[in-house]
Amino acid sequence: MSDVSTFDLGSSEEEQLVADTFRALFTNESPVEVVRRAEPLGFAPELWGSLLEVGAPSMGVSDDHGGGGGTIGQLVAAVTELGASLAPVPLVEHLVAARAFGAAIPADVLDGTAIATLATTPADASGSFGIVPAGAIAQVVVGLRGDDLVAVRSAAPGPIGANFACAPLAVRSCVGAESVEVIGDAAAFRRAVAEWDALMSAVLVGLAQRSLDIGLEYVRTRYQFGVPVGSFQSVQHGLATVVPFVEGARLLTGKAAWALDGGGDGAVDVAMNEISEPHALARMAFLFAARTAAISTDKSLHYHGGYGYAEEYDIQLYYRRARGWALAGGSLGTRTRDLADDLFPGGAA
Amino acid sequence: MNFDLPTSALELRERVRKIVNETITDEVVERQHRTGVYASQELLDGLVAEGLFARVMPGGDSGSDPIEMWTLFSELERMGAPYDDLAVSLIVAAIVNKIGTDFQREQVVTSILSGQARACLGYSEPDSGSDVAACVTKAVRDGDEWVIDGAKMWTSLGQVAQWMLLLTRTDPDVPKHKGLTFFLVPMDTPGVTLQPVHTMGDEVTNATFLDNVRLSDAWRLGEVNRGWGIMAMGIAFERGVMGGTGNGIPLLRSFWTWAREAGRDTDPAIREFCAELAIDNHVAMLLTQKAAWIAATGGLPGAEGSMVKYFANESYQRATERLMDWCGPAGLLGFHVEGAAADGWIEYNARHAPVTTIYGGTTEVSRNAVAELHLKLPRSR
Repeated sequence: MSDVSTFDLGSSEEEQLVADTFRALFTNESPVEVVRRAEPLGFAPELWGSLLEVGAPSMGVSDDHGGGGGTIGQLVAAVTELGASLAPVPLVEHLVAARAFGAAIPADVLDGTAIATLATTPADASGSFGIVPAGAIAQVVVGLRGDDLVAVRSAAPGPIGANFACAPLAVRSCVGAESVEVIGDAAAFRRAVAEWDALMSAVLVGLAQRSLDIGLEYVRTRYQFGVPVGSFQSVQHGLATVVPFVEGARLLTGKAAWALDGGGDGAVDVAMNEISEPHALARMAFLFAARTAAISTDKSLHYHGGYGYAEEYDIQLYYRRARGWALAGGSLGTRTRDLADDLFPGGAA
Repeated sequence: MNFDLPTSALELRERVRKIVNETITDEVVERQHRTGVYASQELLDGLVAEGLFARVMPGGDSGSDPIEMWTLFSELERMGAPYDDLAVSLIVAAIVNKIGTDFQREQVVTSILSGQARACLGYSEPDSGSDVAACVTKAVRDGDEWVIDGAKMWTSLGQVAQWMLLLTRTDPDVPKHKGLTFFLVPMDTPGVTLQPVHTMGDEVTNATFLDNVRLSDAWRLGEVNRGWGIMAMGIAFERGVMGGTGNGIPLLRSFWTWAREAGRDTDPAIREFCAELAIDNHVAMLLTQKAAWIAATGGLPGAEGSMVKYFANESYQRATERLMDWCGPAGLLGFHVEGAAADGWIEYNARHAPVTTIYGGTTEVSRNAVAELHLKLPRSR
């Protein structure tokens, strides 16, 4: 037999432990009532407080800098559970922004009393990052201005207004900030975006899996024509369509995390389907997970019939966030064409 | 997760790549498409000479490894080498090795593993495809012999096979799964005739007629009326990792070569679609790898082997249509035609694509399997 101790497509014990911990936390503290109460802003301060108590905001910061020293693989395990429960907290944004500081991490970002986020789109000539995920509630925005990765500190502006996903979005800018500090270079920004891609991919995998589970539960218990609607082949085939997306997105996210944690030889050989370069893999994982979450929630909502459209049913919460959380980081089409520049070098438009 | 392949698999992959580079020449590819025989004796000889064919046989003495089996077939597939004959022959050898008699092993397994013989599958019939257990080709005992009458469809590579693994009905009076018996049929047995079936994808498959075929009981494989279990064994050995999930890789490779040459590689719409296809290709590879890993760690990857088939081939079909459109009329031109996009490979893939959601189990049968095994929904048929 080959040495399967190296090649391993299962979760590590540490990742399993992290997943169990966060599943329990979100199940207890972020039931769907919490998600609904947090609308329209999309932030539950008490839940964020619970995450602070367990040290979640700094779990990805190196232990040399006072954090938990978690791997990307472990962070993926944690935020997959966030996606499953739709927990209204900016954990992905904060984890990524906190890691970008390196040794210079401020004490209030380390412990999470100041919320930090990542502007995934570089600042324009005026210094504006445009609409930023978690921008409505963050005191610190990490983003690219020119060739510098900067940390911009200013008061959280509050909600921008109604939006599709009930996400805490707001326009943020370097202009009028309390302070603007250079914390890294363009390569550090690229790395931070790749980590955002990988973690958001994990969120969308968790969301897509739970959406499929909700749909399955519904079609098993909803009777029409005297039988469960899940006994109809057309319904079964629609739900079966979702499965390779969810399983594939899970694997691609795992591979991106492995590469971001130092695995692989950095290959980008599309002609032979040999890819282990971390930035490309993370972007691939994110884009595929976004497609997966959209398909899963589309099928699941549809098989609820009219009830799927009713606010009372939870599937609409998943449907809106599947799309909104993904789009908050920028147009998927644009981000796909950026990926093409990584995959097909030499032919960039 | 750790995606570093075991050293043994990496070493196997390098050797396979070298053999393919040496054996699958332009002439061999041309012959494959001209004759419709998707098999290469040169490739088989190369693999046998290096001991790689016997090495990956499921259930073999050397403790076969599903990850090595995945490695062999994924390498052949992404390089665009013909491998269907290798997959079928290996599964037949594995089944005979497991449950055959000494005589059958000596005849069939030895000849296949030494590259002297190939096998084809006699499962489908004119009136039963997906419903394979509805087989009506009958085998009737006559003393120490059996008399077989019927017809089989899609007996691909029967032209170059010495053996057929034949599914027959031996008891019509019991539930359909309980009256089936397998035979190993030497293709030169009197009464066996092949009729070519030409396809839109160059490949020439066959209908096989069995007319008063008399076989010694020594060619019966397994117990009478217990054939369905052997069917399941074949599927278990196959593990969903013997190809058919990487069609998009050579497609994207040949399209992108054309796009660069034609100056279309800067078109944002083309770049966006090709990036999505590259993602799909990678996901299909990972899902196939997962099936191998499940098998390697003692599991049965039934649902995983099924889900990747429809995911990969529906993506491939969509891609052939989009890429052909971008080539414009040049995408309609075939092999050896002046001005053909990607030397005719776009046109070829467009002709090949429709069968990929049909053969080896239709996408409907695969979705049934995923609904039942993975989603635990009630049987819907």
